[in-house]
Amino acid sequence: MTSVHELMDYAEVIERFDPVLGLEVHVELHTNTKMFCGCANVFGGEPNTQVCPVCLGMPGALPALNGKAVESAIRIGLALNCEIAEWCRFARKNYFYPDMPKNFQTSQYDEPIAFNGYLDVTLDDGSLFRVEIERAHMEEDTGKSLHVGGATGRIHGAEHSLLDYNRAGVPLIEIVTKPITGTGERAPEVARAYVTALRDLLKALDVSDVRMDQGSLRCDANVSLMAKDATEFGTRTETKNVNSLRSVERAVRFEMTRQAALLASGGEITQETRHFDESTGSTSSGRTKETAEDYRYFPEPDLVPIAPSREWVEELRGTLPELPWERRKRVQQEWSLTDAELRDLVNAGAVDLVTATVDAGATHAEARSWWVAYLTKEANARGVELAELGITPAQIARVIALVNSGELTNKLAREVVTGVLDGEGEPEAVIEARGLKVVSDDSALEKAVDEALAAQPDVAAKIRDGKVAAAGAIVGAVMKATKGQADAKRVRELIIARCS
Amino acid sequence: MTADLTRATAAELAARIANREVSAVEVAQAHLDRIGEVDGAVNAFLHVDTEGALNAARKVDEDIAAGAHVGPLAGVPIALKDVLTTEGVPTTVGSKILEGWIPPYDATVTRRLKEAGLVILGKTNMDEFAMGSSTENSAYGPTRNPWDTDRIPGGSGGGSAAALAAFEAPLSIGTDTGGSIRQPGAVTGTVGVKPTYGGVSRYGLVAFSSSLDQAGPCARTVLDAALLHEVIAGYDPMDSTSIDAPVPPVVAAAREGANGDLSGVRVGVVTQFSGEGYQPGVLRSFEAAVAQLKQLGAEVVEVSCPSFDYALPAYYLIAPSEASSNLARFDAMRYGIRVGDDGTRSAEEVMSLTREAGFGPEVKRRIMIGTYALSSGYYDAYYGSAQKVRTLISRDFDAAFATVDVLVSPTTPTTAFPIGERTNDPMAMYKADLCTIPANLAGNAAMSVPSGLSDEDGLPVGLQIMAPALQDHRMYRVAAAYEVARDAALGAPVISGVPQLAGVAR
Ligand SMILES: [Zn+2]
Repeated sequence: MTSVHELMDYAEVIERFDPVLGLEVHVELHTNTKMFCGCANVFGGEPNTQVCPVCLGMPGALPALNGKAVESAIRIGLALNCEIAEWCRFARKNYFYPDMPKNFQTSQYDEPIAFNGYLDVTLDDGSLFRVEIERAHMEEDTGKSLHVGGATGRIHGAEHSLLDYNRAGVPLIEIVTKPITGTGERAPEVARAYVTALRDLLKALDVSDVRMDQGSLRCDANVSLMAKDATEFGTRTETKNVNSLRSVERAVRFEMTRQAALLASGGEITQETRHFDESTGSTSSGRTKETAEDYRYFPEPDLVPIAPSREWVEELRGTLPELPWERRKRVQQEWSLTDAELRDLVNAGAVDLVTATVDAGATHAEARSWWVAYLTKEANARGVELAELGITPAQIARVIALVNSGELTNKLAREVVTGVLDGEGEPEAVIEARGLKVVSDDSALEKAVDEALAAQPDVAAKIRDGKVAAAGAIVGAVMKATKGQADAKRVRELIIARCS
Repeated sequence: MTADLTRATAAELAARIANREVSAVEVAQAHLDRIGEVDGAVNAFLHVDTEGALNAARKVDEDIAAGAHVGPLAGVPIALKDVLTTEGVPTTVGSKILEGWIPPYDATVTRRLKEAGLVILGKTNMDEFAMGSSTENSAYGPTRNPWDTDRIPGGSGGGSAAALAAFEAPLSIGTDTGGSIRQPGAVTGTVGVKPTYGGVSRYGLVAFSSSLDQAGPCARTVLDAALLHEVIAGYDPMDSTSIDAPVPPVVAAAREGANGDLSGVRVGVVTQFSGEGYQPGVLRSFEAAVAQLKQLGAEVVEVSCPSFDYALPAYYLIAPSEASSNLARFDAMRYGIRVGDDGTRSAEEVMSLTREAGFGPEVKRRIMIGTYALSSGYYDAYYGSAQKVRTLISRDFDAAFATVDVLVSPTTPTTAFPIGERTNDPMAMYKADLCTIPANLAGNAAMSVPSGLSDEDGLPVGLQIMAPALQDHRMYRVAAAYEVARDAALGAPVISGVPQLAGVAR
């Protein structure tokens, strides 16, 4: 099923409309156990191996709340500058779906644990944009359906469906923004920057794996447009399945251009769920809200209310780590970075990695040059996140130390790093296996220098006449002879010594 | 000898087994034989676990022979309402939808019974999903009242009560959402206790209405009920609503009450529970019981609880609302029957066909009422208002218990009615729980103890005694004292009047 969308030119969209965003982010907590039972909370197990009567919704089974999940929820709320409820409850969200064992989701409805906060988001040019947070609430994840057969991979038209309940009951925090207005043309960028900031924050809090590719961080983007003279928000669509930072930006931008074209041609926006297609960058209609169900929320009678004491909340506030933006500010001051240098560092997602590399003994300039300049390119080329590249800050620090001690040249160092990225083991093992050690034995080098000088007597003569620049040709010959394993600086020194 | 074993109290049986006067296996076999003899006429059991019972009994005998310490009810047979899960033993909740389901886990109550050495004979019949007051809503045929097999044994726990009255078991477990332990107790001449909500774990109790459901002991004597109460009660981390507090000292209270002295005890008679709709013989039996309490030294006063008049309608909004959500899980995806899965239908269609075929009419009625009451736009008027009534009822109880120690009323307005009489009149059926529902809504303790027979039809009548939350022992004391006085006045226990059952084999 393909549908052709009329799209409006982006500049025209901005000229005629103001975008309004609402972002709902689901975060899977990485607690040891699930939200309401003792099953392991691990990604990727064999289907239906991490289940028990509770998370399978067996008759008679009852939930028992995971205290660690509540603690994480409160810490997230505090980091998002939210108020923490003095008393709140779970509710049941009732609807039938095969991957939901009880046919209701235990969630929080009108009594979220955290509400009324904000997150300051750094945009690409380094400026800050404040996103207001409506609420952060706790809920349980559903299982997963695999629809076999049929064209779309969705339940409709499938020949049969397989169910995996390993994910059922995994603790989720849903973080909902207030309507985000005033972004203008930067709406897609703000959306991406917000999810990025949230991801970094959750990572710093160590509450989730925040892996968008594995679904531990999932974003639904609500988008609507207001005509320039309008006083009320337009009808919104909710785009689901937006599973990378780049997709968040693309999905928002696509919806803006699609909605604008539709509105401009006199059409109306249908309030609906839309699916984002990574390959085409477009969204397609899911179920419309007209047929959406009445969830018949009511307070969950199987759980008692949660009343976190103020003492506990303050204690948890004390456990908050240095938050990403605080750290950025500190790093900029400590390392005397320019705004541009900081922006490069942040945009590369390399603050943690560079800091860790510095902690392992490198200077920040060396570490930045590796992570921001070199490894970011490698990550892009290999299509992975920087942090998932497969090399650790400690390994980079050791490579830097080998360069500083003259045991590796920069060129050799890059080759060592490539070996590590290719899975050949520790840097030392790569050096050994590939024979990448710098030839630092002066007598061997002197022999190579003498041979090169003898081979090019005219050049040797120039050098002896004081034309030191001519030494480059001899350096090149020596490097060639030593298969690049010599330290060029040392070679140059030896040549000049021999010719003086 | 065998008749002797099936007529004995649980306390007597436990003592004789512990003394090795009789073996647990002999006691279990005597009851299994009795079930074989009479259950064809009563239909109290949905499943008899002969092998499991004899194995459990053998284990108790071995433990006693080895000199191991055993609990106060070790070796005593018990019948379990089919709403509690039993690992490896079918659990149907009286519904077609769970036909053939073998739970992979034990309810906490089941586990505690096993750990205490009780011998589980089998699973008893009930109204489907505990919805009903007559056990006629069971998908597996009605249970009959041993006092008159043309009459209902009460419900929803008719099987658990009838098993006691038919001497098929000395103890049983019931669950009480709106009176499902107490009303069957009343109409079968047995003792039924709804402990304080949260007093007994609900883990493994297939939910009807989570905020009201409570498992409790059923027995032929007050002391037996108390002994069983202490086995099953207590905090359970698997049930978040279970109370983390010491179990009320109900056995001590029952023993103290048996001394026959209630001086200093203040008893409140609930004025709302009499008048129109109450069978005269039931009211006369109740008045006689109140008179006996006075003779025992209790101070009796009348207490008005005006919001109790709204308990029934509030209950019939809250319970179906929760049920509509609790029963959503029966969708053919993971357990129970599956209808229409012929490779052409969607999961949604199979869910729908299964629920259509698997649920009986009363269950469907309540799912529909509950779904409606929770719907957007109706929630405040129905579910919301009902919750407010619930608060008012709790306040009435609080006010009453500020002046009296326990409250009393008839357990149910009439004696056992004929099978089929109310099946087409849900409102008439619902009224059987008029007096029992307030304690469920407020969550406090309540029980029914036989108060003799109605003079007009010769059928058993129940006296309801209600106590504040976690004061379960108060009502046991009063009930035990009353039981002694009643038996002395009647010359024999009420239960001894059960007629011989025709020997219809299962
Ligand atoms: Zn589980």
